[in-house]
Amino acid sequence: MEQELKKTCLHDLHVELGAKMSPFAGFDMPIQYTGIIEEHNSVRNEVGVFDVSHMGEIFIDGPDAKRFVNYIFTNDVSNLEPGSILYGMMLYPDGGVVDDLLVYKDFETGYLLVVNASNIEKDYDWMLGQKDGFDVTIDNRSEEWGQLAIQGPMSEQTVVDLLDIEEIRDLSFYTFNELEDENGNRVIVSRTGYTGEDGFEIYAPTDVIRDMWQWLIEGGVKPCGLGCRDTLRFEAGLPLYGDELSAEISPVMAGLGMFCKLDKEQFVGKDALVKQKAEGVARKLVGIELKDNAIPRAGYPVELEDGTQVGVVTTGYHSISLDKSLCFALVDTGYSALGTPLYVRIRKRVFPGITVKKRFYQTNYKK
Amino acid sequence: MSNIIEGLLYSESHEWVKVEGNVAVIGVSDFAQSELGDITYVEMPDIDSEIAAGESFGALESVKASSELYSPVSGKVVETNSEVEDSPELINEDPYASWIIKVEMSDESELSKLLSPAAYSEVAK
Repeated sequence: MEQELKKTCLHDLHVELGAKMSPFAGFDMPIQYTGIIEEHNSVRNEVGVFDVSHMGEIFIDGPDAKRFVNYIFTNDVSNLEPGSILYGMMLYPDGGVVDDLLVYKDFETGYLLVVNASNIEKDYDWMLGQKDGFDVTIDNRSEEWGQLAIQGPMSEQTVVDLLDIEEIRDLSFYTFNELEDENGNRVIVSRTGYTGEDGFEIYAPTDVIRDMWQWLIEGGVKPCGLGCRDTLRFEAGLPLYGDELSAEISPVMAGLGMFCKLDKEQFVGKDALVKQKAEGVARKLVGIELKDNAIPRAGYPVELEDGTQVGVVTTGYHSISLDKSLCFALVDTGYSALGTPLYVRIRKRVFPGITVKKRFYQTNYKK
Repeated sequence: MSNIIEGLLYSESHEWVKVEGNVAVIGVSDFAQSELGDITYVEMPDIDSEIAAGESFGALESVKASSELYSPVSGKVVETNSEVEDSPELINEDPYASWIIKVEMSDESELSKLLSPAAYSEVAK
């Protein structure tokens, strides 16, 4: 049985703009408006706006909020100042990933956890299952909250000019401001994103998000779909849950160990990660650059010269900003060192490549 | 509404054929290019290779997806369009001017199985 697709608070506006709509994470989402390449380039060179209202917002509050978040989250929130943000994961005890997420420390006692759309229910249930012995409230407000991402070198000026939010000028990367609009709505603006460029993500009740979207579009900001969101994050070396992280792909395998603080107190999955670090993992995520323009796609085999399969592609594109065919691949650890020659089988042919750093594109984050 | 032009034959897999003597000039329809989006790569067959009707002879890759190309006719590949190979976006710009391969047909009766513009307009929607 096909489940009915959910719609974000901007769905009708996407259709009105002529977007190509497609199912993603249970939502009917805009993949592109005019074209992926054009939208990708506007984020790299100017500014673009994404509807990311499908993302989940879960609020953790209560006397034990800090201790609880530190227990379910790989990064260390014990010294996280109000207005600051950390990236990390929630893990299963075996080190597999429940989800990757952002944790916002708010100005009172609580935390905002921003999770992937595909995982909202799973994450919420997981958190409820971990809360024994913690005096916390876990509040899933994903349906009431919308989210916009305004990304690109002109995003600061755009937010100031079109949304009249002056306060964001002072934000450094991975910090946020909490504001109130004239109707008393809570609005959270962070200097974060998923594109490798400077940018902002705005969280607010859905009515506020609708107004903001319309002001931005009327002000000439290019609407950007999930198609270029993926090409942009890929070039910047950022993982997507389900492709580069999953219940089977741990942060150590994905090369994200720096977001797992093994020196902090106990957290779910810590023991498994300590073991993985000490004993090594069987497979690791690498970047591969092909010498040809053929495009490696998720699921294509990665081979040695003699045809032995040693891995599989997780995401691949002909990079729009770099004009090269690139992919992430999960390969046997013995072949994961930088500069290893590997081959990708694309349909009937095999194309030579070499392992490279996963951050293919030089990111331009605000310091 | 995608553009379908007269004077060509079409396949259900969205290729078009222009018959020039015993040579079939093959490309993809406006519907196909618009479904794929920005095309970034064309995988061409080798010149002189034999291809069979209904079989894959190459592929188009857009940013997001890849799509195999199926030959509407059997025969020998006599030419591939190097201009399109170098600039795949030409297919998006003008799919009917941007032919992909030319095939010397081994069985011209196969043309009768292809679709007229009117019949294809029922498929391409």
